[in-house]
Amino acid sequence: MRSDPALAHLAGVIVHDEVVPARAPWLCPVAKGQTLRIVDLEGNQAVDFLIYAAADDAERYSAQDTVSAQGNLFLREGTVLLSNEGNPMMTITGSAVDYHDTIGGACSCESNTLRYGHHTKAQHACVDNFLEANLRQGRGKRDIVSNINFFMNVPVEEDGTLGIVDGISAPGLTVDLRAEMDVIVVVSNCPQINNPCNGFSPTPVRMIITA
Amino acid sequence: MSQTLADPKAARDHARAQGGTRVEAMPILPPVADDLPPGVAADDLVWEETLPGGGYASRRLARGTRLRLIDTKGDACAALNIFNAEMPTERLNVADTVKVQWNGYLGAGKLLLSDMGRVLMSILDDDAGTHDAFCGTSNAASNTRKYGEGRNSGDYPNGRDRLILGAAKHGLTRRDVHPCINLFKGARIEADGAITPQVGPFAPGRTVILRAEMDVIVVIANCPHVLDPRAGWHVTPLRATAWRGPITPADDPVRLAAPEATRAFLNVEDYFRR
Repeated sequence: MRSDPALAHLAGVIVHDEVVPARAPWLCPVAKGQTLRIVDLEGNQAVDFLIYAAADDAERYSAQDTVSAQGNLFLREGTVLLSNEGNPMMTITGSAVDYHDTIGGACSCESNTLRYGHHTKAQHACVDNFLEANLRQGRGKRDIVSNINFFMNVPVEEDGTLGIVDGISAPGLTVDLRAEMDVIVVVSNCPQINNPCNGFSPTPVRMIITA
Repeated sequence: MSQTLADPKAARDHARAQGGTRVEAMPILPPVADDLPPGVAADDLVWEETLPGGGYASRRLARGTRLRLIDTKGDACAALNIFNAEMPTERLNVADTVKVQWNGYLGAGKLLLSDMGRVLMSILDDDAGTHDAFCGTSNAASNTRKYGEGRNSGDYPNGRDRLILGAAKHGLTRRDVHPCINLFKGARIEADGAITPQVGPFAPGRTVILRAEMDVIVVIANCPHVLDPRAGWHVTPLRATAWRGPITPADDPVRLAAPEATRAFLNVEDYFRR
């Protein structure tokens, strides 16, 4: 079974293994101590990612607290993902790509009208995935905050210029996250087709949880 | 004093004797400002208040209102949350603000965008140049680590808990306090992603003028920047002044500065088309 390359160097018992279709939302609890592996099956796929504390979902991932605590914008192996109250929620324990983004946020129908024009308003977007998944558990729009974009590359240039550029991922690359508290992970497998974050073509990702 | 404690009339006299006291950090009612820009009528003044270091305020401002913030002594840090006053689930989105404008640095001509593709406020004037859309503000844990404590009830209140109180005065809760921007303290991003804080202290009197593009609730916390490298607690008062102004016209240079900006204003104008 462990001949599956997606499971390489993954310890423990698999308690969840699911392929999230292209463009779809995903929500799953991850218990303290468990590891979530995300596999970018076909490469160049942005995985928009939010975390809520299972015990109190007003506590949630904070991009700003996370980057301030490490003094760096990029999320790398070893980065501790902090909550809005400064508590460790998950740790990036392994990453096959150099770094991940947490300043670019999630695409929405509304921001798409700004970035690309009103002809894109009807296209599916990450915020709609975040809403759909969160609404199942009673969370709503005010619970959506700045997210992580795994496998996405947003460099900041000297004059502050920033943009989503070509992905730095490739087929089969993975990122591993260990839960430091009981959390609820909410994902949008990004459906964006107007910028390079998904190579202009959204693809499935695989979610594996080990205990 | 024992008489004041025991006698309600004496307590009343004691309380009333305080009336008219002036301190450095306080609101002025009705608002008075002797330094309004040329062309602004005194009658249009709607808010004049100085926040102490560690203080906070929240205020509803109508579309078109100008909000002037002055770092009076050079060491203020204004952490800002902004909501659509009519529908506060719409709020400042720092990610969209930097992504849509293709730039991470705030300054004159930049828009503060909501999560609904609209511009909540725009930056009309800025002679500070050091602002921050990345670092957020302090919380109880970070202040406890740095200053030994960070409670609202203590000497070193943290930015997040200040924003929560300010938001709560408008019926909002912990869930509503979102990623913020910091005015007057900056954060440079190096090529490797490293964050270099720019905390000064700076020359006194640096000024930012924001224009409300929708009816907004602004929540301001004046607490040390979360990456302030100094060992001690350093923050000086922040002055807020607001006056009524015209709604942004179709030929406004900020509105026309970029196609993304024009579409953000088109979305605002569409929202108010009712």
